Amino acid sequence: MREEWRDFVGGKWETEVDVRDFIQKNYTPYDGDDSFLADATEATKKLWEQVMELSKQEKEAGGVLDMDTKIVSTITSHGAGYLNKDLEKIVGFQTDKPFKRSMQPYGGIRMAEKACADNGYTIDPEVKEFFTIHRKTHNAGVFDVYTPEMRVARSNHIITGLPDAYGRGRIIGDYRRVALYGVDFLIMDKEAQKAFTPKVMEPTNIRNREELSEQIKALKELKKLAEIYGCDISKPASNCQEAIQALYFGYLAAVKEQNGAAMSLGRTSTFIDCYAQRDLENGTFTEEEIQEFIDHFVMKLRLVKFARTPEYNQLFAGDPTWVTESLAGIGIDGRHLVTKSSFRYLHTLYNLGTSPEPNMTVLWSTQLPQGFKRFCAKVSIETSSIQYENDDLMRVTHGDDYAIACCVSSMRVGKEMQFFGARANLAKCLLYAINGGVDEVTKVQVGPRYRPITSDVLNYDEVMERYIDMMEWLADLYVNTLNVIHYMHDKYSYERLQMALHDKEVKRYFATGIAGLSVVADSLSAIKYAKVSVIRDEDGVVVDYNIEGDFPKYGNNDDRVDEIAVEIVRKFMNMVRSHYTYRESIPTTSILTITSNVTYGKNTGSTPDGRKKGEPFAPGANPMHGRDTHGALASLSSVSKLPFTEAQDGISNTFSIIPGALGKEDRVFSGDIKLDLSQQKH
Amino acid sequence: MDGRIHSIETFGTVDGPGVRYVVFVQGCPMRCLYCHNPDTWTTQGGTLQSPDSILEDYEKYRPFLKGGGLTVTGGEPLLQIDFLIELFEKAKKKKIHTCIDTSGITYNPSNHSYLEKLDRLMNVTDLVMLDIKHIDEEEHIWLTKHSNKHILEFARYLDQKNIPLWVRHVVVPTITYAHGYLYKLGLFLGTLSNLKALDVLAYHDMGITKYKELGIDYPLKDLPPLEKSEALRAKEYILQGILAQQEKQGHEQEKINN
Repeated sequence: MREEWRDFVGGKWETEVDVRDFIQKNYTPYDGDDSFLADATEATKKLWEQVMELSKQEKEAGGVLDMDTKIVSTITSHGAGYLNKDLEKIVGFQTDKPFKRSMQPYGGIRMAEKACADNGYTIDPEVKEFFTIHRKTHNAGVFDVYTPEMRVARSNHIITGLPDAYGRGRIIGDYRRVALYGVDFLIMDKEAQKAFTPKVMEPTNIRNREELSEQIKALKELKKLAEIYGCDISKPASNCQEAIQALYFGYLAAVKEQNGAAMSLGRTSTFIDCYAQRDLENGTFTEEEIQEFIDHFVMKLRLVKFARTPEYNQLFAGDPTWVTESLAGIGIDGRHLVTKSSFRYLHTLYNLGTSPEPNMTVLWSTQLPQGFKRFCAKVSIETSSIQYENDDLMRVTHGDDYAIACCVSSMRVGKEMQFFGARANLAKCLLYAINGGVDEVTKVQVGPRYRPITSDVLNYDEVMERYIDMMEWLADLYVNTLNVIHYMHDKYSYERLQMALHDKEVKRYFATGIAGLSVVADSLSAIKYAKVSVIRDEDGVVVDYNIEGDFPKYGNNDDRVDEIAVEIVRKFMNMVRSHYTYRESIPTTSILTITSNVTYGKNTGSTPDGRKKGEPFAPGANPMHGRDTHGALASLSSVSKLPFTEAQDGISNTFSIIPGALGKEDRVFSGDIKLDLSQQKH
Repeated sequence: MDGRIHSIETFGTVDGPGVRYVVFVQGCPMRCLYCHNPDTWTTQGGTLQSPDSILEDYEKYRPFLKGGGLTVTGGEPLLQIDFLIELFEKAKKKKIHTCIDTSGITYNPSNHSYLEKLDRLMNVTDLVMLDIKHIDEEEHIWLTKHSNKHILEFARYLDQKNIPLWVRHVVVPTITYAHGYLYKLGLFLGTLSNLKALDVLAYHDMGITKYKELGIDYPLKDLPPLEKSEALRAKEYILQGILAQQEKQGHEQEKINN
């Protein structure tokens, strides 16, 4: 066994890339509570103060402190950058200094230019010329191919948020490989993969060979990136600090190359814990030191920044990077995957204060150990910074080494990736069905000229029939638009470093998404159970609705309407499935607009459920705001009827509750009079 | 017999142990000045629902209600005692933990048929949460338009029946937030051997919007909500009263023994 791997239990992972095998053989499940955790060190506090000061300056500067306008960001484009070199235990920034945003024009030069311009910076004219004339971008490729129909559908927001001008993201490199194997091993592995490609040079094989070459180049650059910071990651990491550093360099290289909509981290805490546990047992590091490494690592993840436009920030409600880290879950052998480092990662929310990034995501199972469940509850109540996902559901499909990209997209780390496909606006589609393809806001004929509804009172069967036809049109157009986008993204903005940290044979998901599900369900329910009459404007376009009588509303665990929602999801998914999808990808869909529901609503006219023009949709699969009147379990039960098999890219439910409503605070109400009295006596 | 139901909360976390399915009944004879559910006052509104349909709905959430159960609150549940008896008898057959959250206002020791019904109901009740509004008789009348005599008798009745009791007390600035009253409440509670928990709630004014919707004047408009720290102090005062009472009873017991 290699010296760096001393004391680890060996196995298949030693000779082939298999991080899961390493974790399974070497991790130490932890059943205890949070009492072992260490507070922030002086160095951590000092660094974080500096970060807070810079954040303040950034805010005062209008959201951006500094931008690179000249150097195109690559893995090795910039010199080393530090907050305070002497204090940082984990190093590396996207550019040569913190808070300076990098320039990434491969997705589209116009977007890069606008991101600069909107923030008061001017992109270097030579760079602009280069990416306009000499080097084609993803965005330029897409628009060369788009049909007029695709353009008009896009500008009328029936399909929205398409990654055709920015990085698609949602790909998770297995950054753990960098730490476990060192880059030289990974290069060797990729070279072997390339050597074993077929001899017949047909397009697929040519592409594969070219991509493998790019991956190898990216890995070589990754080594150089580490060298810029005085580190050597050609060999396996030999301790916890090196492991975190190597893993972070892998991630850093990815965000230096890709300004993806979601640049998620993977599932790293239990992997890192194998090192932490070994170092603790050997006396290499103390608990304080290990926590400090993790704190500094997380600090770096919080400082990942991209140059983006105000429109982008509006669509995603802020400036999210979606550095999602998936924690805990249960292994397929029945052991839970909670380790001390799962606690340590969450503890950064105390040591560094609360933060939406990295997006700490607990893969929840009823079988998680009690100590960890308690800790999660405590952290949730005190920081509101944990996202929960159903491990019991996803483990069935993805096993026990998957992670979440973005907010809910599950994929096996290093073995699966996805083509992010934004969303089709199903609420607007319903309005198109009623108006014969005419957009209710712009009055443009966007969809096909199917017969519009001509009656004054809407009839359920008639509307449903038209709606299905219109959905068929939408699914067809949507899937083909995405085919264009992902072909071009692979061609002009290939994620070579992230894909270098994947197996050769990768399962690709074609991730479509739907917006406005609860609006559609309630609208159809209103048409079915109440009386909905239409209001037409002077052009004869239906622009509003009158509802008489009550109707079942999605979110109350009422099958009459919940089944409509289920049916819509099934139908749309089957329509998506019936189309060709790029690169043999497997079609999935998601119901997960966590933030962009506001923008989608803004661009959608009044709907038959009583929602007025411009009003937000509910986020994800949530019931419409205020319509779920039977409490959280009824609301969640409605959502949970949506079949995961038909929406495998994820179903999200945004759950807000006043902490006090989740139970009494133990100090005001402990529930046991004897206990209260005994405390009173003392 | 159908109940007159105001609403259902499937995820109740503050109305008894665990996560609970909470039935809010319609109708209440009390008119507490700080009531935050004035929409449950009238006995006319709500929808009629049978015990069977409620229990059928309960089943849908059973996995979530493990360690919790069924709570009926309101409104005043005991106004609909026939409905409650049927609901709880059926619930107990299904091994559901049952709890009533009541003001105790309907208790009447001189009404025989009522007592019979109450006895029957208590046979299938696992927990009573009794909301004592004010320990002082006159203040109680001012605050709720009713005497507290029967309410305190109801607490003793529950003690005799050995029904586990949680007492809830809302602490309102200038009304109940006074050491004397709180201590006196403690002295009373100290006599109850069935007391399992004391829930001290800080007065809040979140009910105001409901008053606006109903077009009723909110009587405590100018009263600020109680600070959390004050609620903690109030609880201490009550606990002191309980301890003093228990000590006194302990001494008396000793005397008898000697």
